[in-house]
Amino acid sequence: MTSGSPEGWQRLHPLSPVVRGGRATIAIAILLVPIAFGGDTLKNATPQLVIIAILTAGGVVSWLVTRWRIDDDDLRIETGLLRRQSLRFPLAQVQAIDVVRPGLARLFRVAELRLRMAGSTGDTARLAYVAEHEVEPLRDQLLTLARGARHGEPAAAPSTEQEGVPSEERVLATVATGQLITAIVLENGWLIVILAGLVAGFAVSPRTVAGVLGGGGFFWAISMVTLVWRRFNQQYRLTVAEGPDGLHLRGGLVALTAEVIRPGRVQAVRLVEPWLWRPLGWCRLEVDIAGRQRSKGEGAAARRPLRALLPVGKRTLGLELVDRLMPDRPRELSRPPRRVFWKSPFRYRALSWGRTETCVATTSGRLRRVTCWVPLEKAQSLRHVQGPVQRRLRLASVHVDTAGRAVHTTLRDRDAEEAATALEELTDLARAARRRPALT
Amino acid sequence: MLKLRRLEVGVPALGVVVAGAVAAAVSGSGVAVGFVVAVLVVAALSWRFVGRRYGSWGYAEREDDLLVRRGVMFARLSVVPYGRMQFIDVTAGPLERIFGLATVRLHTAAAATDARIPGLAREEAARLRDRLAELGEAQAAGL
Repeated sequence: MTSGSPEGWQRLHPLSPVVRGGRATIAIAILLVPIAFGGDTLKNATPQLVIIAILTAGGVVSWLVTRWRIDDDDLRIETGLLRRQSLRFPLAQVQAIDVVRPGLARLFRVAELRLRMAGSTGDTARLAYVAEHEVEPLRDQLLTLARGARHGEPAAAPSTEQEGVPSEERVLATVATGQLITAIVLENGWLIVILAGLVAGFAVSPRTVAGVLGGGGFFWAISMVTLVWRRFNQQYRLTVAEGPDGLHLRGGLVALTAEVIRPGRVQAVRLVEPWLWRPLGWCRLEVDIAGRQRSKGEGAAARRPLRALLPVGKRTLGLELVDRLMPDRPRELSRPPRRVFWKSPFRYRALSWGRTETCVATTSGRLRRVTCWVPLEKAQSLRHVQGPVQRRLRLASVHVDTAGRAVHTTLRDRDAEEAATALEELTDLARAARRRPALT
Repeated sequence: MLKLRRLEVGVPALGVVVAGAVAAAVSGSGVAVGFVVAVLVVAALSWRFVGRRYGSWGYAEREDDLLVRRGVMFARLSVVPYGRMQFIDVTAGPLERIFGLATVRLHTAAAATDARIPGLAREEAARLRDRLAELGEAQAAGL
């Protein structure tokens, strides 16, 4: 399965169906327990055995019919028994490569490779699963090929120094566990209050609480807990490092993820400061890369809003990372005119924007402060919008649309004249930025 | 285009007025008469409003980008660089087809981009589509 035979088709790791089954595998194991311990006679256990046989056969067949290979600059995956599917992923469009290791996969020493693609068809190529020791070389090979394909050169074979990449990286930041817990608690402060209320209520009158829980509150609570858990699991000891092929992210508690974000693929950067974090001077830094707005069938992990580059950290550290991603970020932001207070009294204090030749920055938010940076070469289109209230107050907003998923950059509530000039200037600057050869 | 929009307002209003008038004539109650008057007023207002909205639509082809303007209450002006266009849609609904019209819609990689030019004559829509496709290809920029 290594890079030895790039022409031949390769299979996934034989244990893939077991890991992919995930919960089903655990269920099978539980079903097997009574049989193994002789609690049941074999005759009684027939239905269980049939179910197990069907599941196992399904897994094995799906493994047998799936194969993949690397063509010149494509990754090809063929899968399916009845409905044969042949997928082709041009490596030039790879936005990021993740290595994901769920708990079960770690147990069996395998890992999943996830190639995130660009474009409105923005699919994710998944190789689940590949043996652990082969993942790193394979990823390096794919990254090298992707880089070669992007520059239009014939794809070079992975050289030895390329495989040594991980050792060259420089660690920029690691998230401390205590800080992460505090941060999650503070950001979801209301949740803690509700949980505490439930516990206290249970102590006073168990029956009422049980009623609430029975009436749908239970599922709600479960989903909340899952949400918090997922975040914690994902961001536990997350490390950002700078490597020659991009920013490396590594971390996770049960499910380990490793991710490479390629330079020049970042569509927007967002610095979020939730209300309760602000006194502590903490922030979260998120990057947005191109992809489909809403994705189906990718599982919960893909539906997460944005990739946090720094789940929690000091503001100065966050800004330092921003400097790395956007060397030419605007230092001075200008406030909107005073009369904006009458239109958005809560937001007024947070609004501002600034620009340089290559980058736009905006701030917004009521309780939660959000600062966005967008490189102008990534701007897809510009919109100038003026609502009825804004017209009365001689105000207007300018939106900068990007290909990202969630970052909305808006020069909100500017003086009408300023907005008009900003639109003109940004149009020209964006054009110039597109013409300039990419810096990376 | 204006004709189409006016028709969209006019036909239902006329229908309601006729029905209301019949009802008023049959029952002879004041409520039905008042209703008819109200519908007439609303129709007249939207007649004017539709005219203004029609007037607000506009587009301009510039050297490197396309400007699209629309909206009365919420005035919007979009700037879409040719190089950023991913694909162009030309659609014509049944009513539009009767009037020989079509809607041109531009898509970029950003979902927020909302550049729609409705009510173009069909030949003009085809011309614009071809022209935009040509310009887009010449200036195409990667993500």
